[in-house]
Amino acid sequence: MSFDNAYESLLGHEDSHWAFGTGFSESLVGVDREIPSTVDAEALAIYCLMLGDDALIMSQRLAEWCSRAPEIEEDIALANIALDLLGQARLLLSRAGDVLGKDEDELAFLRDERGFRNVHLAEIDCGPGPGGDFGTTIARLLVFSTWRLALFSRLRGSADPVLAAVAEKGLKELAYHRDHAAQWAVRLGGGTEESHRRMQAGLDRVWPFVSELFLSHDVESRLGGVAVPAAELKSEVDGVLEAVFSAAGLTRPADAPTPLVAGMAGRDGVHTESMGYLLAEMQHLHRSLPGATW
Amino acid sequence: MSTSWPLWEVFVRGKRGLNHVHVGSLHAPDAEMALRNARDVYTRRNEGVSIWVVKADDITASSPDEKDPFFSPSGDKVYRHPTFYSIPEDVPHL
Amino acid sequence: MADELELAFERTVQAEARIEPRDWMPDGYRKTLIRQIAQHAHSEIIGMQPEGNWISRAPSLRRKAILLAKVQDEAGHGLYLYSATETLGADRADLTDKLIEGRQKYSSIFNYPTLTFADVGVIGWLVDGAAICNQVPLCRTSYGPYARAMIRVCKEESFHQRQGYELLMTMMRGTQAQRDMVQDSVNRWWWPSLMMFGPPDSESSNTEQSMAWRIKRNTNDELRQKFVDMTVPQAEKLGVTLPDPLLKWNEERGHHDFGQPDWDEFWQVVKGNGVCNEQRLAHRRKAHEDGAWVREAAEAYAAKQVKEGVA
Repeated sequence: MSFDNAYESLLGHEDSHWAFGTGFSESLVGVDREIPSTVDAEALAIYCLMLGDDALIMSQRLAEWCSRAPEIEEDIALANIALDLLGQARLLLSRAGDVLGKDEDELAFLRDERGFRNVHLAEIDCGPGPGGDFGTTIARLLVFSTWRLALFSRLRGSADPVLAAVAEKGLKELAYHRDHAAQWAVRLGGGTEESHRRMQAGLDRVWPFVSELFLSHDVESRLGGVAVPAAELKSEVDGVLEAVFSAAGLTRPADAPTPLVAGMAGRDGVHTESMGYLLAEMQHLHRSLPGATW
Repeated sequence: MSTSWPLWEVFVRGKRGLNHVHVGSLHAPDAEMALRNARDVYTRRNEGVSIWVVKADDITASSPDEKDPFFSPSGDKVYRHPTFYSIPEDVPHL
Repeated sequence: MADELELAFERTVQAEARIEPRDWMPDGYRKTLIRQIAQHAHSEIIGMQPEGNWISRAPSLRRKAILLAKVQDEAGHGLYLYSATETLGADRADLTDKLIEGRQKYSSIFNYPTLTFADVGVIGWLVDGAAICNQVPLCRTSYGPYARAMIRVCKEESFHQRQGYELLMTMMRGTQAQRDMVQDSVNRWWWPSLMMFGPPDSESSNTEQSMAWRIKRNTNDELRQKFVDMTVPQAEKLGVTLPDPLLKWNEERGHHDFGQPDWDEFWQVVKGNGVCNEQRLAHRRKAHEDGAWVREAAEAYAAKQVKEGVA
């Protein structure tokens, strides 16, 4: 095959060749979207917002690295992870929307801060802003993906077929995210004195937000067989993190209780101050042109 | 002052029954990271793809007759594919 | 001996065959290529910034995913192109230093600011469209690794252009505020897009030798004409006006006549006096410097592993 022919076949009229994608709209093809009659629909919607918001806000934070990573290869890797999480967020918000009669964009752009149900770990600035650096970002990604992977591996058995399918699809992605973070944790922990110091500092920075991940919520108890009680995840997450810390020569920081406000945290829509700024940026364009189509 | 990670050549076998072919190169600190970066950069995480990475320095080469075919990105995300965007037939040259 | 090598090189180029990395090549050819490919790679990397500027604010989740994937593609393009320079003996770290020290250029178009979300669409349509006009001929450029990198780049650029055009069509079907936003954006990007083909042939110093070496395949003015002819019907279909009173079809030439961009502005931006020159370089420099400890750590870790016989 001559070179020019290869070029022709590429840029010629064979577009159909490229249309075999299995993107967002098709990824849950064949999954029954009917809400099972045994499931508390209102609780299901809230639970999907919880898991969807975790992914959406984490993706928003990770995407801040775009064009700012330590090397081009890492720029591409972090963007991939952000895209995966954005995909998970869209599926989960759409599922919440099945119950609430709203689409993904109404839920992402028109809810106020008190309506967002993500954990604080997803929303805090871990770099490239002033709140951290690459080490902090890796520390957060390690904890977040380890926790979410443990959650999704149990969610595969959910009585809600959509949640089960989302979990099945997300598992491979999250395993990759966890691996990526662990690889870096080991390299930074065992690299130079500076990188060790920064990696440990990153871990110390995110650790106060870890206990919230295992707080059980009333919504989970309303969704027996559908949702995964957060407290169940702790021992698996601890075990995985312990193995990474040991390989990386890192010290597990002391556990701290979740700071609550009137007994509430992220799952109840009570956030850190950084959340308002994040949403202001994310939502302003959508809100400033009501009725626009994108 | 820039430190420079070594250069790795990347070979990909798109599916069973085919040989690995050279698709390009990248920088990575070590083989493990090179494999992961290759998966991100050259396969966009397409499952079922076998990847080899070889340090460029470790390749002994004779005179050139290299013809590495282009490599097509994975079909994972539809927005990477032109037909995802519906453009009317009568818009010229697009 | 040298003559024989040179002759073989000339013959290969004349025969439209590819020069490959370990072939003998004239020094000037190598230097020209490294400079041109590096500039192109720098352009992709700097080009992540103007569009990356809107990822956090994209007005729908679908547009956010599309935009993030596109900016990620640009990182990939930069990577393939740097790889092509490395087959010529260049070193990416060294080229990065040259970029952030301002010793090598990148496409001036990226020194213009992205002010509204319509700019994301217009960049896809006009800027990527112009890039495609420039780059498609490079898929047949004489240096093999460059040509192969360009094939992949062009493939992806072609759907970036579709993405951009589709966004603009959607916006033009939306509210009046959205249509105004698109027209405003076209007004700001049209002339800089025409400048992307470089100065008029009468003032371009590099064209002749590069044409002879088949590094470059068309002159600046030829490509500019092609772009205008391509774009005019697309603009009509979209329902926007291209801001050039001299623009009209010339039956005799079989091409559109059009006005000249403000070449003084062009040279000012090239010299570093565009709206965003400083900002773009500072952004890139900061990312590079902030990442130094990470790159060093990974290198140190790899060295330790080798020492301990693990790897």
